[in-house]
Amino acid sequence: MNPLVLIIVPLVGAGIAAVWPSNRTRPWLLPVFGLLHVVLAFLLFINSPVVAPGAWLGFDPLARAVLPAVSLLFLVCAAYGVSYLRIRSERPNRVFVALLLTILGLLSAGHQARHLGLLWIATEAVTLAAVPLLHFNGTPRAFEATWKYLLVGGTGIALSLLGSFCLGYASLHGGGKGDLTFAALTAQGAGLSRPWVLTAWVLLLVGYGTKMGLAPMHTWKPDAYGEAPSIVGAVLAGGVTTVAFTAILRVRAVIAAAGEGHIADRTLLVIGLFSMLVAALFLLGTRDFKRMLAYSSVEHMGILSIGAALGGAGVAAALFHVWSNGLTKGALFLSAGNIRRAAGSPSMDDVRGMSVLTPRSAAIFVTGMFAVTALPPFGPFFSELQVVRAALASGHGIATAMFLGCLLLAFFGLTRVVFGIVDGRPRPTTRRNAQRFVETAGVIVPPLVLLVLSLWLGLFTPTILREAWLAVVAQLFPTP
Amino acid sequence: MSGGTLNLLIGLAMGLNLLALGSSRLPSLIRAMSLQGVVLGLMPLLMEHETLDWRVFAVALATMVGKGVIIPGLLRRAMRAANIEREIQPFLGYVPSLLLGAGGTIAAVALARALPLLPEHTGTLLVPGAIASILTGFILLIGRVKAISQVCGYLILENGIYLFGLLLIHSTPLLVESGILLDVTVGVFVIGIIVDRIQRAFDSLDTRKLTTLRE
Repeated sequence: MNPLVLIIVPLVGAGIAAVWPSNRTRPWLLPVFGLLHVVLAFLLFINSPVVAPGAWLGFDPLARAVLPAVSLLFLVCAAYGVSYLRIRSERPNRVFVALLLTILGLLSAGHQARHLGLLWIATEAVTLAAVPLLHFNGTPRAFEATWKYLLVGGTGIALSLLGSFCLGYASLHGGGKGDLTFAALTAQGAGLSRPWVLTAWVLLLVGYGTKMGLAPMHTWKPDAYGEAPSIVGAVLAGGVTTVAFTAILRVRAVIAAAGEGHIADRTLLVIGLFSMLVAALFLLGTRDFKRMLAYSSVEHMGILSIGAALGGAGVAAALFHVWSNGLTKGALFLSAGNIRRAAGSPSMDDVRGMSVLTPRSAAIFVTGMFAVTALPPFGPFFSELQVVRAALASGHGIATAMFLGCLLLAFFGLTRVVFGIVDGRPRPTTRRNAQRFVETAGVIVPPLVLLVLSLWLGLFTPTILREAWLAVVAQLFPTP
Repeated sequence: MSGGTLNLLIGLAMGLNLLALGSSRLPSLIRAMSLQGVVLGLMPLLMEHETLDWRVFAVALATMVGKGVIIPGLLRRAMRAANIEREIQPFLGYVPSLLLGAGGTIAAVALARALPLLPEHTGTLLVPGAIASILTGFILLIGRVKAISQVCGYLILENGIYLFGLLLIHSTPLLVESGILLDVTVGVFVIGIIVDRIQRAFDSLDTRKLTTLRE
């Protein structure tokens, strides 16, 4: 099967959504095409085609290791989207549905891109396609968040383009043809010009790190996740950040082939620890439970970055964490969306006693919070344990201590906010507002499914998935 | 390659950077930015004049029309709608930004010497021009408070990256180039729309008013 179908099918869906006449039935296109995408992704996962080395696009080991997770997360969010858009039936959803499907198609392209220029085009297009989704609510706060997202994200993505050009020039200057496929760049290896390789690494790390939300380039994240509909937050946190992470992994492999892998690893480790620290400190201060999710996302991006810095075992752990974090964070975003809608405010100053008003969402929210702070036997516990093991095995004692310290601080911060809004007696205004929100199956089952998936991932990590992650290690970190 | 003419154009673009930094009136800032876009659009024609085919011509034309006509037109419309003419009380004054820009340009020339270049690029100002424009873009992005000025800064930053991209003009496939150009154009359209919406939602284009979201 041609892996292009993963890109074409959602884009066709987006086209249909754009011309679909009925505002009421249009949201159903989301789960239909989401399901189609999941089926295709898992068929390709089981029966992966051979990728030609020079191909610009392909379902290669890295795409195979993470794209099914993104696809699965999208399907569950899409199912939630049907109920969400029914609640928001007063708003036209043509643009919303069409762009969500476009994002799925572009994410599939980004994950499969084996050409630096193509990767950039896909990432930039995802960034732009997300803009109207962020201000779906149309409030001044939403526009403010969108503006910051555009400026910070736009600058980041511009720098990553500059970095791509630098890597191209490194190839030209080293006597190569300036071919921007990752295969060609890796093959040129030590022939790449050293100063240009290092310049390219800094720019690409800052650029794609902005998209990932690594500190200190994370400033767009709390605003965007805080103001966007929670389904958009879940897709951004689980899908868009993942494409940026795979970009960094692919670039890192080129840098390592050029003989500068140790520098790349050191910067990844430092920026990862810094992200965790910044996120943990902000988690201790924030009073808004949707912004809290954004800081938690920054923290987990730090964990991915640290995993990538630790070499083979660390990368396998990071890919595991992409799955466990994406799915668990999705459950948190969707249940937080329910609570936000029922409570009418995102701040713990106004909201309390949600375990009385929205008992099911609150239960999922609390469980999800424990899962994401690495309570066994959920997925994140095992993936983070693997990161710790890889760190200790490679002799990073101090880094491991800092890692664990940040996890503890983040745990304090998260429990502070979560129990602040769940416990206590609800205010009369919150009580009145919550009467308009009914916890139907449509808004409870999707986050619950994600939570169950996270549990399943922790308890019974399928061997075929482990093999897929190890295949990436074999491809990106060839043992000399 | 007609290196002399190319360097003249790059020098012109670097001069326009300083003009953009020093102008307090928004129309002249937009004019400097759009003129720079046209100058940049001419460069591929000069560099490829031996093997000029219609595709290079199309990319050059698209750049000139996009950066020189459409985008400035959008910004001018937003400016008129918001009824603002000039930047009042920028974070960074005009003289300090000019001095920073001038210092940055000198530093860019010095820095470009330190980077190893291919023999055919050593005589051109492409790398210093690119670094100077990127720096100018950053100064405008950080130093100005009106959304339109910040958009201009972003565009000048992208112009700098475009200049750098010209180093690779012989090796990058045209498909990739046009994809990048398309993305950039759509990006600016999106920014233009958001500027318009912000103007309506806040009745102002002063980004200092965008301070609700903070810890």
